Amino acid sequence: MAPANRPRITGLGRVLVAVYAVLALAATGRSLVQIVERFDAAPLAFTLSAISAGVYILATAALIFSHSRFWYAVAWVAIVFEMVGVLVVGSVSLFRHDLFPEETVWSWFGSGYVFVPLILPFVGVWWLFTHRPGHVQAAPAPARIERSVW
Amino acid sequence: MILWFALVQVAVAAVAALVCIILGLAGRRPSDLSVGALALVELLLIAQIVVALVSPLAGNPISGSALEFWVYLVSAALIPPAGVFWALLERSRWSTVVMGVAAGSVAVMVWRMQVIWSGIGA
Repeated sequence: MAPANRPRITGLGRVLVAVYAVLALAATGRSLVQIVERFDAAPLAFTLSAISAGVYILATAALIFSHSRFWYAVAWVAIVFEMVGVLVVGSVSLFRHDLFPEETVWSWFGSGYVFVPLILPFVGVWWLFTHRPGHVQAAPAPARIERSVW
Repeated sequence: MILWFALVQVAVAAVAALVCIILGLAGRRPSDLSVGALALVELLLIAQIVVALVSPLAGNPISGSALEFWVYLVSAALIPPAGVFWALLERSRWSTVVMGVAAGSVAVMVWRMQVIWSGIGA
């Protein structure tokens, strides 16, 4: 359907960044509320919430700048951290409900966020695999956008 | 919050999300329709801010956490302008999809706000 030479994947990366940004916002907002209002109720869960929020912010930034080698490496670390986080915390929350009495982004594999936290790291890893920085890529975004009137 | 108004907002935001995602995947760049849909979502959110400010004075107080509610509301109100800003910067089909993601997030957040306000299952 679309011409074969169109770098669709680059554009999809932008959607990925947008989803990460929304998740970072959601996680930051929630952990802020949890920590300000009732940190003592579930210190472990809320500390994890705050850490995960920070990592989502980092991942968002790293994906935006992932054309540089340094940020590409940061993106890997952040996304793998999330993957491990959601898998470990997701599993633990199934069996040790007492450790996570309150919801976090990662408990129950992110079910409170329609499982986006579970799916996202896998999409992220796939995207990083297909977008190594030294690879010759299509022309940068502004150049390939056709003029449109709207 | 007012239940029917929340439902209207969720419905409008969900439809806007669907329309934008479908248009984007069909290869359309941001248009009056997609940007207008986001503008409508934002308008409803601004009305929601007014409703949330006035409701407690009119005998409809918040039963859940006020802080949590306002964090959601302010974040939600920032999302559509961010999506439109993105679309203005880069007029590609993926910006249309990004606006759809923005509208979808607003739909989820408004529903969550309604739950916090009514205190059910919060």
